[in-house]
Amino acid sequence: MTRKTAAHVGVVIVSHSSKVAEGAADMVRQMVGDTVPLAFTGGNADGGLGTDVAAILAAIDRAWTPAGVVILVDLGGAETNSEMAVEMLDEKRRGRVAVCNAPIVEGAVIAATEASGGSSLETVKRMAEELSPQ
Amino acid sequence: MDEAMRKRLIEAMARTVITHAEELTELDRQIGDGDHGLNMKRGFEAVLEALPATAAKPLPEALQGVGTTLVMKVGGASGPLYGTFFLALGKTMPDTPTAATLAEAFAAAVEAVKARGKSQAGQKTMLDVLVPVAAVLSAGGEGLGTRVRSQALAAAEATRPMKAIRGRASFLGERSIGHLDPGARSSALMIAAVCDAIGA
Repeated sequence: MTRKTAAHVGVVIVSHSSKVAEGAADMVRQMVGDTVPLAFTGGNADGGLGTDVAAILAAIDRAWTPAGVVILVDLGGAETNSEMAVEMLDEKRRGRVAVCNAPIVEGAVIAATEASGGSSLETVKRMAEELSPQ
Repeated sequence: MDEAMRKRLIEAMARTVITHAEELTELDRQIGDGDHGLNMKRGFEAVLEALPATAAKPLPEALQGVGTTLVMKVGGASGPLYGTFFLALGKTMPDTPTAATLAEAFAAAVEAVKARGKSQAGQKTMLDVLVPVAAVLSAGGEGLGTRVRSQALAAAEATRPMKAIRGRASFLGERSIGHLDPGARSSALMIAAVCDAIGA
């Protein structure tokens, strides 16, 4: 983590597929640059499709900044496992991590764009979630 | 509750999940993503591996140990759901449960699963087994184990005509009707195995 990113909200991408997670992260990097701390994880502990709480915790750690972290997820289990991971964080971090109800690719790009401008955790989450159909 | 009993109960749950892994995966293939049996098997194999150490602990800690292992090993949505169930059960369960304190702990665990899954009974999920079983436990009375066992198995069967509203099967909408819910089935199998191990 470089000092220049310390004020920016971090972005974590959690997909059932490591390829989807990595691809979404590639798009964020290309479209937004590298001012925002970004981490991704995909696949279960055996390397198959799925999500893994331990890997999600590690990704939150990689993207961590004092400004907080937003998590973008794909299908059901990614959301449930991400929420589980957030609850397992220590108390100081727990309140600074938000799982977004947003499409994973578009949400990650919008969130990172917003975060790169120095927006707060709440604003980053809200902007990403505006993409979701009500 | 002594160590031998803790070992017997946890092992009974693990063995039934592992034995029925193929059936659970097949059910999940029909209305989900076909990984429920494999995921649960992976989780409960890890539970068996940790069993000597887990069973040596008092019941509340042992149950929470099972929960943590499931959270970390199962993957998929069933990991945090079953993990949350056992974590909450362990938090509320005394070391030597009575019928009343068991009912109370079970009810608390069911509430935790509802919160984790943002779901409730009637949506074709494991809750369609857990909620009616909690009701039987709360009512108490004679032959509790036998009634819990049959309620669990019948409640899983009753998910067949339901339309899925939560979970992966909800993507199928009407097409989920006519299939047994894999999570309801795995819940029923585990509850039945515990009843059998108690000797109900």
